[in-house]
Amino acid sequence: MTEAPRFLHAMKAPAADAGLAVTFDAPLVLDSGKQLAPFTVAYMTYGALNAAKSNAILICHALTGDQFVASDHPITGKPGWWTSMVGPGKPIDTDRFFVICANVIGGCMGSTGPADTDPATGKPYGTSFPLVTIRDMVRAQKRLVDHLGIEKLLAVVGGSMGGMQVLQWAASYPGCVRAVVPIACAARHSAQNIAFHEVGRQAIMADPDWHNGEYQLYGTKPSKGLAVARMAAHITYVSEMALQRKFGRALQNREALSFQFTPDFQIESYLHYQGASFVDRFDANSYLYITRAMDYFDLAEEHGGHLSEVFHLNAPRFCIISFSSDWLFPPAENKRIAHALNAVAAQVSFVEIKTDKGHDAFLLDEPEMFATVRGFLNHAAGDLA
Amino acid sequence: MSELRPDITHGSGLRPDLAAIADMIRPGARVLDVGCGDGALLEHLVRGKGVDGRGIEISQSNVNACVARGLAVVQGDADSDLVDYPAQVFDAVILSQTIQATEKPRVVLEHLLRIGRRVAISLPNFGYWKVRCSLLVGGRMPRTKTLDYSWWNTPNIHLCTLADFVDLTRECGATIVEAHALNDNGRTATMNPDKLTRGAFGPNFFAQGGVFLIKKS
Repeated sequence: MTEAPRFLHAMKAPAADAGLAVTFDAPLVLDSGKQLAPFTVAYMTYGALNAAKSNAILICHALTGDQFVASDHPITGKPGWWTSMVGPGKPIDTDRFFVICANVIGGCMGSTGPADTDPATGKPYGTSFPLVTIRDMVRAQKRLVDHLGIEKLLAVVGGSMGGMQVLQWAASYPGCVRAVVPIACAARHSAQNIAFHEVGRQAIMADPDWHNGEYQLYGTKPSKGLAVARMAAHITYVSEMALQRKFGRALQNREALSFQFTPDFQIESYLHYQGASFVDRFDANSYLYITRAMDYFDLAEEHGGHLSEVFHLNAPRFCIISFSSDWLFPPAENKRIAHALNAVAAQVSFVEIKTDKGHDAFLLDEPEMFATVRGFLNHAAGDLA
Repeated sequence: MSELRPDITHGSGLRPDLAAIADMIRPGARVLDVGCGDGALLEHLVRGKGVDGRGIEISQSNVNACVARGLAVVQGDADSDLVDYPAQVFDAVILSQTIQATEKPRVVLEHLLRIGRRVAISLPNFGYWKVRCSLLVGGRMPRTKTLDYSWWNTPNIHLCTLADFVDLTRECGATIVEAHALNDNGRTATMNPDKLTRGAFGPNFFAQGGVFLIKKS
């Protein structure tokens, strides 16, 4: 059943296209062994599906992203998160390709997540929502792609957690996708990455307004905890060099140090802004669930750690993109995937783009990345009309 | 990684050394081109010979050019990345005009012999008479059409003569299957590797460069 998506937060931009949502009655069987039924997937599409249904590209969003990849966000009113990459004439050209982007399961932008009502209790799920994995997210996306009548995607593209989903697509449904572009990601979450996520989760859970995850029943929001989680995470998205270049030790709206704990430095004020603007559009429990899904991601785990065994001989064509100053998902982690694919004779390309912008580079103006994606997709699309 | 400029080409449109290498590759072979540049040779092999081709290339813009050609190319460095490739998975490994720019040519060559059943290599000849004359008469570090750099900015840090290269193949326990001289006019001529290391006036004096097909003995 296709309907309009329901959002948790108030819409500041009601004129923006809110996209669609489809609810599946057949349960989603999760890695945890639990089932989710019914479940809803909220999504946006851009461009037109051709008659042969051969021009569809699925974009997978990152931890705090959503389906509004190339159009104004209905809650914040801000432009889509990847308008430099996706749109008419852009590397992922919506004049040519049919672009789909869905909110992940466990999210808070219309797909079923912890803020939704548990049909069994009539109350919000909260922390009784089952833990979901990257593979569960991809399973839900596959249901959507099936629902749209698309047998084979031209490509699946995504950065960071989106890149993890891209890898999972290649591993789970190799026959259903022709080409994949995992960007700034890894085949497993590292100890350091898990550590940063745990700091964020503990900040949320330490907020008295969290109420063991039942804050909706108390009419509160653990905004302070969520903001701290976002602030800590944001540091990992940028490089030390970029922070220094952008902020240095510059002071915020003052001539001298205040000798108080109010934000003296621009970097402090910037992080406060990042935290405060985040809580207006994101659900704290969703943050717990999605960070957990990333922590659990280890593609090679069930193959005894042998990444090459994850991918099949009929694996899609890969184009792996990494950024030299990304310390969250360093180029070496990306390259590991390329070598594993080479070992099974898959068609894999790997690029390391020189930039000082850190992990966030995949969302920014990186002409080399655009050129790589454009060239790769053009070739993968071949003679597509 | 290729430092040679495309100059005189054969019917294939390929640089002469690449055309000679292409002739050494069997149709349908699994090929790794180390330092594949913009992918011209690899594309020729994939499209023209049905080769299952892979590339390694150090330059980002060259990798982009390869990706746009639909080639599978990993951005990386021959000096550090070959160790990650398993043994004997490729029928042929190509190293064109690159060995002189590696930090450890012998280590690279040993990796190539490990990874591929055969190794096709082209390289400039520092024993070429014009190079010799330019140092002997001019008293300056040689600068030629194919090695067009000053001593202080050249990426070619390990230049050798064809005879020197033949010595290295022997030290690495490799056999030369084929050897071709790259001549001034852009043509190639078969040469006898045993004679290369003997006598003063053979291809080691007259050839601009050489193309070799070698394998582990």
